[in-house]
Amino acid sequence: MSLELRGITKTFGLFTANDSIDLKVEAGKIHAILGENGAGKSTLMNIVYGLLKADSGEIFVDGKLQNISEPSDALSAGIGMVHQHFMLIPVFTVAENIVLGHEKIGKFGVLDIAAAREAIIKVSKDFGFSVDPDAIVETLPVGIQQKVEIIRALIYEAKVLILDEPTAVLTPQETDELLKTMQELKRKGTAIIFITHKLREVRAVADEITIIRRGKVIAAVSPSTSEGELASMMVGREVDLAPDRQEHEIGEPILVANNLSVRNVSGTEVVKKINFELRAGEVLAVAGVQGNGQSELARAIVNLEDHVEGSLLLDGHEIRGLSIYDSLHAGIAYIPESRELDGLVSSFSIAENLILDLHDQAPYASGINLSAKVVSEQAEKHVLEFDIRLQSVSDAVSTLSGGNKQKVVIARELSRPVKVLIASQPTRGLDVGSIEFVHERILGERDAGRGVLLFSTELDEVLALADRIAVMYRGEIIEIVDSNVSKEELGLLMAGVVNEKAVS
Amino acid sequence: MREIKSSLEKRRLRGVRVISALSALSMIYFGVINAGKEKTTFGFVINSEWVIMKEWAISAATGARIFSALSILASIVAVMAYRKRSPIIVPSSIATFGIFMAFITWSASGKYIPFTGLLQGALLLAVPLVFGSMSGLICERSGVINIAIEGQLLASAFVSGVVASVTHNPFWGLLAAPIAGATISFLLATFAIKFSVDQVILGFVINVLVIGLTNFLYSKVLIPYQSTWNTSPTFGKIDIPILSKIPIIGPILFSQSIVVYLMYVIVGGITFALYKTKWGLRTRAIGEHPTAADTVGIDVNRLRFKNVMIAGLVAGVGGAYFTVGSVGSFGKEMTAGAGFIALAALIFGKWSPIGALLAALLFGFADNLQSTLTIIGVSIPSEFMLMAPYIATIIAVTGLVGRVRAPAADGIPYLRGGVH
Repeated sequence: MSLELRGITKTFGLFTANDSIDLKVEAGKIHAILGENGAGKSTLMNIVYGLLKADSGEIFVDGKLQNISEPSDALSAGIGMVHQHFMLIPVFTVAENIVLGHEKIGKFGVLDIAAAREAIIKVSKDFGFSVDPDAIVETLPVGIQQKVEIIRALIYEAKVLILDEPTAVLTPQETDELLKTMQELKRKGTAIIFITHKLREVRAVADEITIIRRGKVIAAVSPSTSEGELASMMVGREVDLAPDRQEHEIGEPILVANNLSVRNVSGTEVVKKINFELRAGEVLAVAGVQGNGQSELARAIVNLEDHVEGSLLLDGHEIRGLSIYDSLHAGIAYIPESRELDGLVSSFSIAENLILDLHDQAPYASGINLSAKVVSEQAEKHVLEFDIRLQSVSDAVSTLSGGNKQKVVIARELSRPVKVLIASQPTRGLDVGSIEFVHERILGERDAGRGVLLFSTELDEVLALADRIAVMYRGEIIEIVDSNVSKEELGLLMAGVVNEKAVS
Repeated sequence: MREIKSSLEKRRLRGVRVISALSALSMIYFGVINAGKEKTTFGFVINSEWVIMKEWAISAATGARIFSALSILASIVAVMAYRKRSPIIVPSSIATFGIFMAFITWSASGKYIPFTGLLQGALLLAVPLVFGSMSGLICERSGVINIAIEGQLLASAFVSGVVASVTHNPFWGLLAAPIAGATISFLLATFAIKFSVDQVILGFVINVLVIGLTNFLYSKVLIPYQSTWNTSPTFGKIDIPILSKIPIIGPILFSQSIVVYLMYVIVGGITFALYKTKWGLRTRAIGEHPTAADTVGIDVNRLRFKNVMIAGLVAGVGGAYFTVGSVGSFGKEMTAGAGFIALAALIFGKWSPIGALLAALLFGFADNLQSTLTIIGVSIPSEFMLMAPYIATIIAVTGLVGRVRAPAADGIPYLRGGVH
């Protein structure tokens, strides 16, 4: 079965998300769609899947024009989709999730899920998955949840499978497994649309690559194209994929954690007696699969966590138990995991967001007054220094793109006297161009002699920036390795496999 | 190393501690320090059921000691169950029962307690709460907060009273009530789902609207022309053959009006439908993760609209209970907050039909105990007695109910535009 899109156009107000896009996907082929965030990939796929309605354009399945205005139309046309944010009901079992929307009715109107249970077991066998049809979805690891989504598409006989950034939430091992599954599906004749901005994966599995930029198809290229070329086509200019990290003298320990433990609200110990030393002038990366305690550790250092035990010395002074305000002013800069939720006040202006931490200090404040003039002058300076692209500093920060929002957070955090920078997933959801900027800044802090603690789930990022890498697994630092570790070894460590060779 | 307890364990531990402490207190206070000096008489027969024991008289002191001992025993079992990490709900319930009984025996020293009547009245007081909480349940499991239960009950009480008065037939009243409930639901559904208005504020406004409207009509129409508009006939009791003859249980459960029997059917039906049918699966799905339901081809807002309307029908029957089901005439603001207590029962019952039913029965019991004890002239200030149901609720919620989790999408309007 083949899927063809002709002239798909979609606008949101004045913004054109898709500008007459043509695309053809053949049976038994993996077709990658590569583009930055906001390039219009997801919009396009939501149109194909019937979640959004195109302003104009046509969708052909096997050469026949299809009118897809609801997801049910897409499903009956044989189009399945694995969404970036899983479309599973967390409190339902796997089988209940699979029958939802396709329910079979037995005696007395009772729901019949026995058939679905069998189908799940059969598909699991065919593909070598181990999925329990009666497991509650929220108790399953994300990799398995994703398999549930794939199984659902297969049970409903999807001939075209759309995978929307499927690797964003996976460990390297899970990613490899997924790539294998994709090839298996391809062999069985499924047409796969693979949406991503990760160049390595595209080159590994794709048969064809379409690059989208600002809602337009820029090029259709073969997978033999180099990563550099792909990146510059995505961004529209030359991109430096490997940041320039100079070797230099590492200084004295500046942030020392001794037996640091964190418990979450339900009392579970999520960080277990961790020890590390961060030195001045080094980037110590904390690598690990999402949910192994990194977020809590990062938050604990800024005293955002309530149940922390152990000691945390910043430049020889205990900072555990300080107020958040005092922690920040003691010399910690903090880039939180979610800039929208924790980093910024969305409805405040850009200028206000830039002084959230210093609003009570001169020169911004005098007595009970806040000087709007100084605030906006200072903001203008930051805008120039950090290259924040905006209309006006008095606009709400929510009007900015993800990359520019992150620049606002970084500008604010680095405008205090800083000894240590805690960067938690600093490039999550950013496009190649913004990632480049953030990486330069992080290395800039390192070169200026500050300690940087980088929390990241991205292996490439960790390897490119770190001087040393601490791997977290189930709340513990299981290894601290040098940055010359191989990607495979690091991946194994992240999965909890302690390899003798990787010990430094 | 310090043992780390999860919040669930902590709550169980707190529950066990509270129950044990109360059992001991009950023994000390009701059984020893302030023991009653006279006999307490429990009456068991109110209708023509088979008689095993007509009444039971016991010295208040001995009775209180026996029941306190029962609750202490049950507390010990609960402690052991807690240590073994097995469920504590059964022993804690028995302990709670023991404390209640010790309290009743003590407080009615020298008096006659119509035991069967006490429970029968509890059921009757719970009826509107049960219908109200079922209405809330259907809405909230599909993701729409229903604060307007009070309005639904009041409007349908009014309409059923008026219709039954005019037609001289309670059945017409019972038929008209769900239509009134659904009309209120239509307002709620239209503004909450179509226009995404904040559902808490909306529900509150609807309640105020219904109170104002019924007050106005009551004073301008029902009072001046009472004989035409506000003298509704009521349903009589229907004894179910044989079942109604069972001692204690018979008169409580099977010698009731048609509205109460409808309640059994509706609670059973909703329980079955919610967990065993396609409708139930879809309803729970749109209340938890509407986007996911949409992507498998379920029309979220349509199903929500439909469910809010069904909820109105259910609440309507509960409203009819106030007039044609019991007193027969409409009174100003006669629901008196039942809609809000129904909402509390829904949350206390963890959004499950059986849980909400039990919670409503507990509220009904505490309420009726309070009025029964006041009527027989117990020397406790009635203001304290009025607090009893709520104190019981607080203890139960902090100690006994596990983690309470509302449907994840409760109160959040679903807009597909949020997808891109």
